[in-house]
Amino acid sequence: MKPSFFALPRLSLRFIPIWRRNFMVWKKMAGSSILGHLADPVIYMLGLGYGLGGMLPEIGGMPYITFLAAGTVCYSTMNSASFEVLYSGFTRMHEQRTWEAILNTPITLDDIVFSEIVWAASKSLLSGLAVLAVIWLLGLSHSPLTLWLIPLSLLVGLCFASLGMIMTAIAPGYDFFMYYFTLIITPMVLLCGVFFPVDRLPPLLQTVSSTLPLTHAIDLARPLLNDVIPANSWWHAAVLLGYALAGFYVSLALLRRRLSQ
Amino acid sequence: MDNVTTVLSAHGLRKYYNGQAVVDGLDISIRRGECFGLLGPNGAGKTTTLRLLLGLISPDAGELRLLDHAVPEQSRAARLRVGVVPQMDNLDPDFSVAENLLVYGRYFGMSDAAIEARLPELLEFANLAQKRDARIPTLSGGMKRRLTLARALVNDPEVIFLDEPTIGLDPQARHLIWQRLRELTARGKTLLLTTHFMEEAERLCHRLAVMDNGRIISEGTPRELIGRNIEPQVVEVFGEGAAEWAHSHAARHAHRFEISGETVFCYVDDAQPLLLELQRQPELRYLHRPANLEDVFLKLTGREMRE
Repeated sequence: MKPSFFALPRLSLRFIPIWRRNFMVWKKMAGSSILGHLADPVIYMLGLGYGLGGMLPEIGGMPYITFLAAGTVCYSTMNSASFEVLYSGFTRMHEQRTWEAILNTPITLDDIVFSEIVWAASKSLLSGLAVLAVIWLLGLSHSPLTLWLIPLSLLVGLCFASLGMIMTAIAPGYDFFMYYFTLIITPMVLLCGVFFPVDRLPPLLQTVSSTLPLTHAIDLARPLLNDVIPANSWWHAAVLLGYALAGFYVSLALLRRRLSQ
Repeated sequence: MDNVTTVLSAHGLRKYYNGQAVVDGLDISIRRGECFGLLGPNGAGKTTTLRLLLGLISPDAGELRLLDHAVPEQSRAARLRVGVVPQMDNLDPDFSVAENLLVYGRYFGMSDAAIEARLPELLEFANLAQKRDARIPTLSGGMKRRLTLARALVNDPEVIFLDEPTIGLDPQARHLIWQRLRELTARGKTLLLTTHFMEEAERLCHRLAVMDNGRIISEGTPRELIGRNIEPQVVEVFGEGAAEWAHSHAARHAHRFEISGETVFCYVDDAQPLLLELQRQPELRYLHRPANLEDVFLKLTGREMRE
């Protein structure tokens, strides 16, 4: 890789028209998008929460469905951002050549990648809001602290959009994304405490879990639903932000190389 | 550099991919208001050259200025005043015709009101006023190209880059594009187009550069290129036994001849002796015509296939 690929990102406000472009497309298919990306996690949460929850005692001082709701906020925001940068992002980069069209204007690749990540995080935000609305409607939590789930959704979105963008940057085709979901996302869901507490894992896996971004997201979300200010909240937020920045930097370098061919 | 008349200049431009020179010491200078054609077979380096000129990739050597901006350092500022028609369609399939123009104008920082104000003129120019709200997949190939051309004009650019603008179009659609490109030069726009379609280059371009293996091998007006590189008359001879006839007789009457498939191309200053000879060969058919750009192109870049 040439040194110029690793130059620091140079950002401008020109990323905004790309975000608006994506939003304009999204508005045209908002119905199916909301159903697919937003209703799906809610259905799982309700099914597992009431089904399994009926057989389980309280976990960490909350009913199982509330425990699961905290995991679902993070899990579904993670998924929204990941799907968006992987499948939709790849379509815009490779299949539709939308990026190519944009690059012929005063917009640079740095602006495009930044905009794609912010856009994917926006979809995470929407996803988080939907789950939060369900949490309020079902009365799973009455804490005003749950409002913090809104910025958290955005942060989790930025984090996984940036990490996913690395995959998009190296993907030869859509099939490649199956590796990411099967080998990274699914194990992460099981290791990071979405469905059961991390302390039930063997010590080695607990150590692994502590390095994964989804764990830090859940460590923030779960106490908030329980009306408790999370311990080490700045640390968890910093880890998520760190993953986001590192992912953005690495993916941008890879994309600069890919698109210079 | 004379900024008034020169809108684009490149000196010693080089670009390597995996150690191989794709652009190999290119010099170009394009004046305001001219239509400049870059000709070359597939793989000659035309598209890479365009990408270098736009600042989308960095050269390994050479100096480049576009509209008085150093490229690639200030290419963002340069691209504000440039329009691009890419080789492959990359219109937004989810948007209507008008929405494509609106969204693209925003990329240049234009306000929605400013874009809306330009829409009727752009749609008129592209013959798409009736298709304003049509979605992209419902458009024909010619309509898509015209929309891509209109899109490249949304920011009212001074220079327009066109990469194979009529590739894949039927003759009617092609002629309409040509007419529009001539209108643009008449309005004082500067055009840089790549093509390997000789009729297009001959009809549209004020000046041409023939490119092969990353270098410009000849440059000038279409007439200059023909006058400089090739005999003025061409006689194509075909039919049973044309090749045998050529081997035994052609050299006597023609400066130069080439056999390609079943046709013998004879290049001559004066065709009369050759035509007299051919009238004595009833089994051969022939076509006498003035030399054109395609003859020059084939002479300069060879007749063998490029993959």
